[in-house]
Amino acid sequence: MSHSLGYARPRQLAEAFDVLEEFGRDASLLAGGTDLVVGLRNGRVAPRMIVDLKRISGLHPVIEEREGRVSISARTRLTDIITDPRIQDHFPALVEAASTVGSVQIRNRATLTGNICNASPAADTAPALLAYGADVVLISRRGTRIVPLEEFLLGPRHTNIGADEIAAAVEIPQPAARTGSRFARLTRRRGVDLATISLCCVVGSRVTRFAYGAVGPKPFAMSDESGVLADPESSPEARLEVLHGFVAQATPISDLRGGRQYRHAMLLALSQRVLRAAIARRDRT
Amino acid sequence: MTEMTETTVTFTVNGAVRTIKVFPRTTLLDALRWQVGLTGTKKCCAEGECGACTVLLDGRAVNSCLVLAVEVEDAAVVTVEGLATAGHLSSVQDAFLTEGAIQCGFCIPGMVMAAHALLAENSRPSEAEVREGLSGNLCRCAGYQRIVQAVLLAAADGATVER
Repeated sequence: MSHSLGYARPRQLAEAFDVLEEFGRDASLLAGGTDLVVGLRNGRVAPRMIVDLKRISGLHPVIEEREGRVSISARTRLTDIITDPRIQDHFPALVEAASTVGSVQIRNRATLTGNICNASPAADTAPALLAYGADVVLISRRGTRIVPLEEFLLGPRHTNIGADEIAAAVEIPQPAARTGSRFARLTRRRGVDLATISLCCVVGSRVTRFAYGAVGPKPFAMSDESGVLADPESSPEARLEVLHGFVAQATPISDLRGGRQYRHAMLLALSQRVLRAAIARRDRT
Repeated sequence: MTEMTETTVTFTVNGAVRTIKVFPRTTLLDALRWQVGLTGTKKCCAEGECGACTVLLDGRAVNSCLVLAVEVEDAAVVTVEGLATAGHLSSVQDAFLTEGAIQCGFCIPGMVMAAHALLAENSRPSEAEVREGLSGNLCRCAGYQRIVQAVLLAAADGATVER
């Protein structure tokens, strides 16, 4: 427990890569710290070195639009994502998802990239990012890797980040003009609770993408390219059949937040609800 | 900079510059309480659930139990001890007294700090906004009604709250 723990505060990326080279998997990257500090305290993580990313000059907290993509850098706090007009405009479901994380105090520290790298099956922002088709930007001495979030998340607390890599940003393609989206989450209490289930729907003129969280070892996405879900004229039965197929992929466990059957039932109910809400948003614009 | 042992951290607490030596795993909360000697900031869950340890860090409400002391180099921290000026309670503190919003009192420093941060950003919050702003602060006496009323009173009195 009281093994030696070091702290590095690199100013340059090169210094950070040096520390990662020396400590490998024994180094933990620190941005917001809202998961890492809890892990240090309860012993879930036991790094020998903490690498604080907050003073690295090449890693500013910034949200940028370029070439049809929005890039949210690793140090950007959830509060700053929620209040950003571009994110509100393009990704309302991400704003909804980020707004459910912890509390004001948590969101003032926590980062989007950290939420993803922590790789909790219940990570609140993951369903929204998956549904929007986000990528994770990984940098190292070897260069830059851009990995789809779906491939980045491997399982509970497990990602495919290399020991020498830093997740520098999350990038999301801007949705087509006629797109509606909605995030929903079921919890026992409003603030500071983990999701019983969470889900997000992004509906375009033909393709509909759903993503689900807290109902399996990792959040996952499903797509309907037939147009059944996106078409307001589709029969409720036809839509239900597609959604049944989606939620059948979920493998929820029973725990203190809800039983397996309850989670399955709510997944279907909330899927119908967020689809209606996403379509309403799409058709309003 | 790579340190295996204690690190020196210089930061501002309630306007005064302080330099302390801390181990990497020392939280800002523990540093404030045991090294700076400011015990108004309460230690309760120590994992970001209860908000009793809320302080302002560069103007924003944070759980000081989730911040490592080494992280606050050059930063400005305000604790509940820093709210009163020249012996006068802040308008938020006053409103808590007026409304009788304090039962056992343990959560109150955190509640007051969260309320300050809220009013600094939104000087006339609705009741729903107050509840959302305080949703990271638990009161085991369940005295929420009066706490919310106190924040609304401070807002109605035109409290000027600076970060």
